[in-house]
Amino acid sequence: MNTTTSPNQLTNQFTSHSPDASAPLVMQARGLVKRYGQVTALDGTDFELRAGEILAVIGDNGAGKSSLIKALSGATVPDEGELLLDGKPVRFKSPIDARRAGIETVYQDLAVAPAMSIAENLFLGRELIKTAGIGKLLHLLDKKRMLEQAIARMQELKVGIRSMTQAVETLSGGQRQCVAVARAAAFAQHVVIMDEPTAALGVKEGNMVLELIRRVRDKGLPVILISHNMPHVFEVADRIHIQRLGRRAAVVNPRTISMSDTVAVMTGAKTAEELPQAALA
Amino acid sequence: MNSTSRHIPWGALGPWLALLATCIFFTLQSDRFLTGENLSLVLQQVMVVGVLAIGQTLIILTAGIDLSCGMVMALGSVIMTKFAVNYGINPYLAIVCGLAVTTGFGLLNGLLVTRVKLPPFIVTLGTLNIAFAITQIYSGAQIIPNLPDAMTALGNTFSLGSTEVSLGTVTMIALYALAWFVLRDTAPGRHLYAVGNNAEAARLTGIRVDRVLVTVYALAGLFYGIAALLSVARTGVGDPNAGQTENLDAITAVVLGGTSLFGGRGIILGSLVGAVIVGVFRNGLTLMGVASVYQTLITGILVILAVAADQMSRKGPR
Amino acid sequence: MKPAIAQTVARTATRLALSSLALAAASAFAAGEPVIGLITKTETNPFFVKMKEGAEAEAKKLGAKLLTAAGKSDGDTAGQITALENMAAAGAKTILITASGDAISPTVRKLQAKGVQVIALDSPFAGADALFATDNYQAGVLVGQYARAALAGKPARIVTLDLLPGHPVGAQRHNGFMKGFGLPAADAKSNELSRDPAVVCMADSFGDRAKSQTAMENCLQKNPEINVVYTINEPAAAGAFNALKKAGKEKGVLILSVDGGCQGIKDAAAGMITATSQQYPLKMAALGVAAGVKYARDGQKSSGYTDTGVTLISARPVSGVDSKDINTGMDLCWGAK
Repeated sequence: MNTTTSPNQLTNQFTSHSPDASAPLVMQARGLVKRYGQVTALDGTDFELRAGEILAVIGDNGAGKSSLIKALSGATVPDEGELLLDGKPVRFKSPIDARRAGIETVYQDLAVAPAMSIAENLFLGRELIKTAGIGKLLHLLDKKRMLEQAIARMQELKVGIRSMTQAVETLSGGQRQCVAVARAAAFAQHVVIMDEPTAALGVKEGNMVLELIRRVRDKGLPVILISHNMPHVFEVADRIHIQRLGRRAAVVNPRTISMSDTVAVMTGAKTAEELPQAALA
Repeated sequence: MNSTSRHIPWGALGPWLALLATCIFFTLQSDRFLTGENLSLVLQQVMVVGVLAIGQTLIILTAGIDLSCGMVMALGSVIMTKFAVNYGINPYLAIVCGLAVTTGFGLLNGLLVTRVKLPPFIVTLGTLNIAFAITQIYSGAQIIPNLPDAMTALGNTFSLGSTEVSLGTVTMIALYALAWFVLRDTAPGRHLYAVGNNAEAARLTGIRVDRVLVTVYALAGLFYGIAALLSVARTGVGDPNAGQTENLDAITAVVLGGTSLFGGRGIILGSLVGAVIVGVFRNGLTLMGVASVYQTLITGILVILAVAADQMSRKGPR
Repeated sequence: MKPAIAQTVARTATRLALSSLALAAASAFAAGEPVIGLITKTETNPFFVKMKEGAEAEAKKLGAKLLTAAGKSDGDTAGQITALENMAAAGAKTILITASGDAISPTVRKLQAKGVQVIALDSPFAGADALFATDNYQAGVLVGQYARAALAGKPARIVTLDLLPGHPVGAQRHNGFMKGFGLPAADAKSNELSRDPAVVCMADSFGDRAKSQTAMENCLQKNPEINVVYTINEPAAAGAFNALKKAGKEKGVLILSVDGGCQGIKDAAAGMITATSQQYPLKMAALGVAAGVKYARDGQKSSGYTDTGVTLISARPVSGVDSKDINTGMDLCWGAK
């Protein structure tokens, strides 16, 4: 049994919530199966996301991590199994279906148009149209309202970018990530999924994004976080879903499990049964 | 450069400043330059390329290109004139037929780009040759003269003070205003920029990228048809040999206007300025008695300057 | 700028087309008919259509077999090279060609080494056995002489609307016009356009109606009072006329041109062109076919330059200058009547 306590676990105590087993299930998956030809990517995966939590999904390459996320975000349709949102079964045929159901995804490459401004990117594909007069008749863009809302959303999440009209390409990597996260948080009603949000960021910027992720959760939106960055996962996650060989190997509590044990379960060196009860979540 | 950026859009001002400098230069060189009559003529001389450039700008904004525009225009002018003169069809209906054919070619381009997933350069290279061949065969390489008045109506002028302004010029300016307005103030306009800037991002935000592209190519075809009508109004005949250099002339106008060939950046009014700059040089140099080979040289230099200026202005804010 | 794929496809298509001709030629060869090839710049330009007609008629008359081909466009020397090779392979002993450029010369030399006679029609190229073409300089001289006689001593204010910089035919016609008009001019070998103060504006029309109209408009802005306009060809003349008409200046301006196409003669009849030098593509082709037959029968190659003639056509004859009327022009014109 591992008794070492990593420094991250100490900071975690002050910045994250304890996993609340009584919180309602926002999203649930049972027995997801996905095959690509001969390869079985998901082999009966289960999944649970509770309200008000940041759930990290980790797993080695080939564990089915990305297939799981694609199933949850509507990018792929699972061959078997069911998906439940707020207790009701749902079927997503495309990412737009998932979006309509209130699930927003922040993709790894951010999906922003670099030459366009922050405000324009925030409302890309969902532009606000004028609500009165000739503007309404001609379906003109309500740029004023979009700008106001963009400012409001960013302030809400305490993102410190001065001008909403500057082009996204003039921002640093971390700032761009914040824009993408803020966009998802602005429109999500149920869940925000984030794919490797701190990859390619330096220490300072990475921490800025983690802070933002916490604020999104504090706003009331549960977050599914995919990441390879163990220290970041341990810093910000409330629970960790470990994916291995197409299945859920364990769900652990970052406060009570060590990073090395987590990695061990991820690689198969240890099984969930070998973990102390306190480590599980 | 995006029109909503609060920073001074040097990239957008560049072409206007260049045009202003050019006009000042020629005014100093010849007292016949800055007259209403002369300037009205220049606008008439550029109106065909100007309207072609509207369609070309839309396509280039999506990171595509259309090498067939001049040939499709020639085909359109042959169709509409032949229908009216040889088959006696009502001129307005004949015009609509011409527009339908050019729009159809644009649609073909769009479908080949989106469904068959061929690069626009290759696709339009192919349709360029197809359009040319059809035009030559259908017309027997003969012009179609003796057009009904309705067909050349856009060549007529009205008086604005002491200057005669052509209806065709007014049409060109109106079309530019319309395009500018749609691109900057409507959602489809914004989607067009997004598709050119980052098609994958556009797709992920729910924009129907393929639909945007097909629409843009078809719409460009419609503009080529309008350019055909302007060409017919200007020369008074349907000419199967028209449009040979207009393919590149339209692209030159777009580049001079500051639109990036990589897509997603540019202001459509820039293309109007680009077309006018070329016309101004041609006119000014003739007034000065300079041999026309220098026009070609200067146009080439301007294109390089325009692209370089665009690159530099983009690196500025960082 | 065309991708290699397009060129390969073009070559293959041309080869396929000509292989069927090869079968026909082979049978003719067996029958003892001389096989003659005709390669034009393009398929559809009425000038070359007339040339092909003339060649076919003469071939029928003399009992020869004619193979025809064309490039895809003006300047498609690659297509013409393919046609040259295929026709020689199909047994043509004489090939007539309106060359799109000197790029064909190496291939021509190869074929000449194998005993094939290659004759240039209309456009000279380096290394041709013979040239049957219009004397473009003379064509210019005729309209220049006409213009001077028609002006009858009034001071000349001339505009020239030329082809494009450095083009030999453009230079020959322009300089010939200058010579015929009595102004200092370069000779027929020069590719540079001669200048003179009497020529108040020189602009390029590219032989295109719309561009010629633009050039004329700009020249008129520079010098509103002009009385002579020389144009490189009849489409350019039509564009110039448009510009003059819009400016209300079409009366009292002499418009000269070269070509003698049927559309141009019609324009001359309508008063849009004052005088034009007519050239004879049909004659070029007929002479070429005759030369081919002669080579096949007597083994005698043709050589040197044969002038296929130019005739001045005008609806308004002027004393001191020999010209033919519109009817003659229409009889002899090329293109759709």
